[in-house]
Amino acid sequence: MTVPPVAESVPVRTESGSNPPRAIQGRTPWALVFERLRHDRTAVVSAVVVAVIVLVALGAPLIAQIVGHTPDAQFRETGLSAAGIPVGPSRAFLFGTDDLGRDVFIRVVYGTRISLLAGVVASVLAVMVGVVIGLASGYFGGHTDTALSRLMDVVLSLPYLVFAIALVSVVGPSLGISIAVIAFFSWASVGRVVRGQALSITQKEYVEAARSLGAGDAHIMFIEILPNVLAAVIVYTTLLIPAAITFEATLSFLGLGVVPPTPTWGNMLSESMAYYKVAWWFVVFPGAALLLTTLAFNLLGDSVRDAFDPRHDQTFAAHPDAGA
Amino acid sequence: MIRFLARRIGFALLVLWVVATAVFLMYFVAPHNVARLIAGRQATAETVALVRHRLGLDLPVPVQYGRFLLRLAHGDLGYSFVNSESIGAIIRRDLPVTASLALGGAVLWLVIGVGAGVLAAKRPRSALDRVTTGLSLFFYSMPTFLLGELFLLFLFFRLYMAGIRFFPPSGYVPLSASVGEWARHLILPWLTIALVTAATYSRLVRGSMLDVLGEDYIKTARSKGLSERRVTYRHALRSALTPALTQFGIDLGTLLGGAIVTEQVFGLPGLGREAVLAITTEDLPLIIGIVILASAFVVVANIVVDMLYAVLDPRVRVES
Repeated sequence: MTVPPVAESVPVRTESGSNPPRAIQGRTPWALVFERLRHDRTAVVSAVVVAVIVLVALGAPLIAQIVGHTPDAQFRETGLSAAGIPVGPSRAFLFGTDDLGRDVFIRVVYGTRISLLAGVVASVLAVMVGVVIGLASGYFGGHTDTALSRLMDVVLSLPYLVFAIALVSVVGPSLGISIAVIAFFSWASVGRVVRGQALSITQKEYVEAARSLGAGDAHIMFIEILPNVLAAVIVYTTLLIPAAITFEATLSFLGLGVVPPTPTWGNMLSESMAYYKVAWWFVVFPGAALLLTTLAFNLLGDSVRDAFDPRHDQTFAAHPDAGA
Repeated sequence: MIRFLARRIGFALLVLWVVATAVFLMYFVAPHNVARLIAGRQATAETVALVRHRLGLDLPVPVQYGRFLLRLAHGDLGYSFVNSESIGAIIRRDLPVTASLALGGAVLWLVIGVGAGVLAAKRPRSALDRVTTGLSLFFYSMPTFLLGELFLLFLFFRLYMAGIRFFPPSGYVPLSASVGEWARHLILPWLTIALVTAATYSRLVRGSMLDVLGEDYIKTARSKGLSERRVTYRHALRSALTPALTQFGIDLGTLLGGAIVTEQVFGLPGLGREAVLAITTEDLPLIIGIVILASAFVVVANIVVDMLYAVLDPRVRVES
């Protein structure tokens, strides 16, 4: 555990005057983390951006209703020029239109849903698998540890993008498959971190105490050890989400993720490849949405990590796109 | 060292075996009528049966698996379903493109990433550090295909319209044909890969440099009267490079097996683009060949990196 379980005291100010000295206030590690985050400007701004993105995803149908365009509606009259070329941003189409005369703004708004869904669900899945395997590996040790560690090493040394596209080509592209593939290639890094921490926590006296009181393996793993690796898990999850979002967008870009006409940022950017010379908005707006989202999550993740462990300056995760 | 190496090679073989088994299961046991695929849609049942027999698909699965592994062990990757070209020949044709892209990109990202990391670590919390850290996070968050597309839009197209016709939008010129043209066609792809990847390195190097600069042996080096430059580059950077080196093995190995996204964006006829193409044409042997080759590159790169540790950091030698 990175956060020491001691209460920090508020410095007692002895001011001359009638104000009585403030009482020493005990605070839990979680409250401390929250307090640090609240005073971190980057954290607050990126959290607000993430919140807005979530709201946009949830309110997509509402936004579509207000604008009066659905994501799949093709405006052949107003959305395409006489020569059949997409029209630029205007009052009617805030972000312009695409090659089929569809509203890029509404499609970007709807794309938020896929990106968040894929990013969050895949990360949560990966974290759950990673935590269980990492805990088991670190707690049981011995042959179990060797076998599970080897397994994690193997998964980590697969060239994942080639592998992912090969996998998708067998089963056919869909959102569910994308999520499964992303989770499959992400759990091992979580597992490795959790294993490392579980390994040392297993040696602690309180784990021994729990065992001597008759606690079972599951109890020790999930009640005694898990809460102490939670900080690392939370940090990892926040940093995994943007990586998963990028992964999903890349699969969609390659035509191996969510299939059109469902709008995703990845497949919009893929379609825009043929039109960037005549329609910059077709590239720039979905691209900006994607970049803003990954940037906000990464900034938030960095801040969360710093809040849990203020001394640690920088850790890292491999670039989500490494080797692309 | 020899025992260590033997263990690493053992692990590499394990990975390759897992990969081979996975692709075998994926393609030959999964419900996918390979014979039908090759014979074509109009083929009669007899023709399909004949193709099945010739491919050995009528044999029991374990026998097929054994034959598959045996062929692989001999380096035989089979023939393309699409045009019967040998997979080995296709790979030999595409590899120079991918290698040009990966190696050039690697040089660039090492220079940018390590340089930025060292500069930032030398003056923590300075303006320079803040700018570097900010830029790192920006490019770290940038999907490769997006950066490539933005380069095409702004550096190729906008400049082209403005009369500066320097960057080509796509294509590849072999090194043997013209060194200048080769480089000119690869500048944008190199930059794309390098900027996105360098971000990881500058973060890694900055972090480990900060750790190392606080160590006792650095104080010793300084108190011996060594120049600051020598302390930074000879003493500190050497051991601070270890985590970056691990990452480098993975990144370069992965890229050599196909820079899928970059090749796709810039229309470079390398292994990555071949893999994507193979998927649309359902050319199973080609996909399998590329997946296995890509995995081999990663495991070999990892072994090379492990050996480089000892060269880079004298302490590793003592410990092992």
